[in-house]
Amino acid sequence: MRKLAGIVIAGIFFISMMMLFYHLPASHDLSSNEYYYRNPINGSVANESIPEHYIKYTKNETGAVNAVTAIVVEYRGFDTLGEVTVLFTAATGVSFLLSLAVRGRKREEANLILKEGSKLVLPFILLTGAYIFIHGHLTPGGGFPGGSVVASGFLLMMLAYPKFFMKDRISWFESAAGTAFVVIGLLGLVLATSFLQNFIPVGTPGQLVSAGIIPLIYIAIGFKVGSELSAIVNKMKEVQG
Amino acid sequence: MSWEVRKMIDMFGLILILLSIFTIIPAIMAVVMKDLLSCTIALAIMSLILSLYFYLLQAPDVAIAEAGVGACLTTALFIVAIRATERYEGGENED
Repeated sequence: MRKLAGIVIAGIFFISMMMLFYHLPASHDLSSNEYYYRNPINGSVANESIPEHYIKYTKNETGAVNAVTAIVVEYRGFDTLGEVTVLFTAATGVSFLLSLAVRGRKREEANLILKEGSKLVLPFILLTGAYIFIHGHLTPGGGFPGGSVVASGFLLMMLAYPKFFMKDRISWFESAAGTAFVVIGLLGLVLATSFLQNFIPVGTPGQLVSAGIIPLIYIAIGFKVGSELSAIVNKMKEVQG
Repeated sequence: MSWEVRKMIDMFGLILILLSIFTIIPAIMAVVMKDLLSCTIALAIMSLILSLYFYLLQAPDVAIAEAGVGACLTTALFIVAIRATERYEGGENED
């Protein structure tokens, strides 16, 4: 009976997912009616569709070569602030729940190869993570993947050394990075016209120092995500030993 | 066979179909198997193949995130959680 119900629910889900394909636009047909921005107050319609605008003008407007980053941080920056808040809430919830748990059993030492190898590999993992979030506006990647790569480096250290713990100071990094994000947004409100708007000269697209506030915000997000995920892993290890 | 159909069944499409089959197999294994540790490893394999799939579909941003979060951090968190609870589904407590 339970299996039957499960199959029915999965079938309904599958069919509704498949029905999405009918609503997908044909490839490269980005100018269809549904994508025009309609002003909710006076009902006026923009004279070009939103995807076309992103493809044509992203590079000149934001200075970012990677259009995904430009959309995530610049055009939809407020949504990204929401995402960061969601992750912050999750990390807070984990540490709150696990603070009630009892301390677990002791773990034995890892073997020599893992211990020495992880020491050798850690700088390169951290370097890769930093590269991913610093170059977010030039190459694929950004704050979230870069931060998780950094956290995975610390995870490796925790697996190799039973006594390796992050210091409590890591939460300072987290709050400083979150504050930096909001402060950059507020500076946009003060120096330009709206929250999270670019107020730094855009510069030459394709260079490391370009794209205005996008690298700054992505570095803040990278630090925040990295420290949050490391704190989650650290908390679970504290409980588990 | 019309031109469109032949264009659909070209090499790239075949690779995508193969990859999606390779993605589904570990997912089904993760549902069926009783050993939760094996399920976690199956999910990690699924994430890895899925990130390759995203890369081939020209979404490298998502591929990096999937490989970093799905294949690495989630696996570690699941293993820690299994270590805290039970390894086998269904209540037989054989650690």
